[in-house]
Amino acid sequence: MKIHEYQAKAILAKLGVPVPRGQVIFKADDAPAAAGRLGAKIVVVKAQIHAGGRGKAGGVKIARSPEEAGSFAKNMLGMKLVTAQTGEEGRIVRRLLIEEGLDIQRELYLSILVDRVAGAPVVMASASGGMEIEEVAKSRPEAILRETIRPETGFEPYHARKIVFGLGLKRELLAAASKFLESLYRAFIATDASLLEINPCVVTGDGRLVALDAKVNFDDNALFRHPEYAELRDLDEETPLEVEASNYKLNYIKLDGNVGCMVNGAGLAMATMDIIKLAGGSPANFLDVGGGASEEQVKNAFRILLSDRAVKAVFVNIFGGILRCDVLASGVVNAAKELQLEIPVVVRMEGTNVKRGQQILRDSGLNFTVAEGMKDGAEKVVALAGGAR
Amino acid sequence: MSVLIDKSTRVLVQGLTGREGTFHAQQMLDYGTNVVAGVTPGKGGSKHLGVPVFDTVAGAVRETGANTSVIFVPPPFAADAILEAFDARLPLVICITEGIPTLDMVRVAAALKNSKSRLIGPNCPGIISPGKCKIGIMPAPIHKQGHVGVVSRSGTLTYEAVDQLTRLGIGQSTCIGIGGDPIIGTSFLDAIELFNSDRDTHAIVMIGEIGGNAEETAATYIKEHVKKPVVGFIAGQTAPPGRRMGHAGAIISGGQGTAADKYRAMRAAGIHTVQSPAEIGATLARVLGKSKPIAKKSAKPKKRAR
Repeated sequence: MKIHEYQAKAILAKLGVPVPRGQVIFKADDAPAAAGRLGAKIVVVKAQIHAGGRGKAGGVKIARSPEEAGSFAKNMLGMKLVTAQTGEEGRIVRRLLIEEGLDIQRELYLSILVDRVAGAPVVMASASGGMEIEEVAKSRPEAILRETIRPETGFEPYHARKIVFGLGLKRELLAAASKFLESLYRAFIATDASLLEINPCVVTGDGRLVALDAKVNFDDNALFRHPEYAELRDLDEETPLEVEASNYKLNYIKLDGNVGCMVNGAGLAMATMDIIKLAGGSPANFLDVGGGASEEQVKNAFRILLSDRAVKAVFVNIFGGILRCDVLASGVVNAAKELQLEIPVVVRMEGTNVKRGQQILRDSGLNFTVAEGMKDGAEKVVALAGGAR
Repeated sequence: MSVLIDKSTRVLVQGLTGREGTFHAQQMLDYGTNVVAGVTPGKGGSKHLGVPVFDTVAGAVRETGANTSVIFVPPPFAADAILEAFDARLPLVICITEGIPTLDMVRVAAALKNSKSRLIGPNCPGIISPGKCKIGIMPAPIHKQGHVGVVSRSGTLTYEAVDQLTRLGIGQSTCIGIGGDPIIGTSFLDAIELFNSDRDTHAIVMIGEIGGNAEETAATYIKEHVKKPVVGFIAGQTAPPGRRMGHAGAIISGGQGTAADKYRAMRAAGIHTVQSPAEIGATLARVLGKSKPIAKKSAKPKKRAR
């Protein structure tokens, strides 16, 4: 789960990571007062959306007076911000962070995530703060320091020394940097984060390290033990259909094609998208209804698929195994009737009582095509969706 | 022969009395798996499905000689269940549970390094040696005893591949679902090492997914050490970068872990790659047909016009 920068900073500040003083506002009228209270020579007005690349897209402005902050706020609130990460549709700016400007001497990159190969957290650092880490990884991979942290012993002072001296920071900064890094690691563990990224972490003229930007992504699987973080979810930042799907525990991701897919299991769902492409078509979505594929799940999945107007035909690919196909088929028929399904549906299913299940579909009088196997199903559904493109 | 499990495997079910545990333990019993004990804290001394239930894993092992555990415990308690199984020195621990917090698995991975146990999963369908032993949630009837080792990160896609093999009359020695999470106990590489040294496994099917680099690592090993034919498929060729495709592990991040990268590594290792998930079985059949002349005790090579 993603959260906004201002929320990430509030969480980090509570856990001992230095962040700039600032305040979130939702109305432009509140901007001059918020800026004034900071008492800083310059203030920064930052659009709060769940995507990076805001600076280049005009989502970060430097104001020299509270009045100027107010006029920036007026322009930014409600605007559609299109950054390298938002896609063409962009995001509407609904919240702004008004923050003190700092005397920046250096910009560093710091992040913590779990390295799947080591099975342990890794702290990544680079002297190229402000740059996308993927860019640095491509052009100068040697410029990225990686410190794997043993979970049994945690973050030790030597980790900090390796990073501080490895980045070429002055010796005088060692104490501040060690404290910063240690707090950051503690925050990573305490919040069950999947990614904690400070880009940039700045060194100020008076020798402090401050998280100028902050990104905290939570591990969805761990949210059950952090209800206070789960509340920070901002539905405005998510695709409405994906939000609805998640309410029904369906895993749905919208794509650009016209063949709707309903599959049980993530691997098979990806493979189904692949085979549609091989058949010359284009999948409209990824949708995993879960291993069980109950009637309720199937119905909700259909509703979500059909609300995407681009969908011209639907491919249901269920490998039931233990699941009984007659039960599944009845579920599909009931869902189709209730939703007054009009577009063609190709059903491929495997499992117990598969013949009886196929008969139920054929006898339903609805627009079903029964497929034998994945390839047959993919070819049929692509043809029904208007043919190969 | 088979790898890791056979008819003599004595299985303990952690979470036996729960809904999932009950359903799948019954399926395992029906298959002939030797389920000797269940563990549900607080229900020790009772019987469930005719199987004795214990309060602790250590107690169950002491009383029944169980040597393998399968875990159906809900996510908040699953890491603890795995650690308890390690503590009881079980050689093989299979965790089916989906949705375990990553940092819990970080602790498990650290403990695993210092233990004598092997962990399969989590978030996996389990392991089956057809005709001998089934430990997990896979549908039994699609399997057939034979000589192909199957290793996969996904559940239903594995069933799809196994079903294709069985329909072509090709049986399996053992099928291992290694799981779709970022941190798992047994990797592709581990499973392929096992299949490589198993005399009864003549060919290998590996089914990967986008994300991580486990397939690439396994491919490097295969290139150097594996003489048996290997067929490989990667799901997610059409997946967009940056989006997590269901499994926590299935995400293309920073341009890494793409299907194209994995296919390239597999082809460089001499693996027979398949682009279409519908062709996994047929490709293996073709490869086996071709490799027959070099297999032991095979018919004399026939010359065919090509």
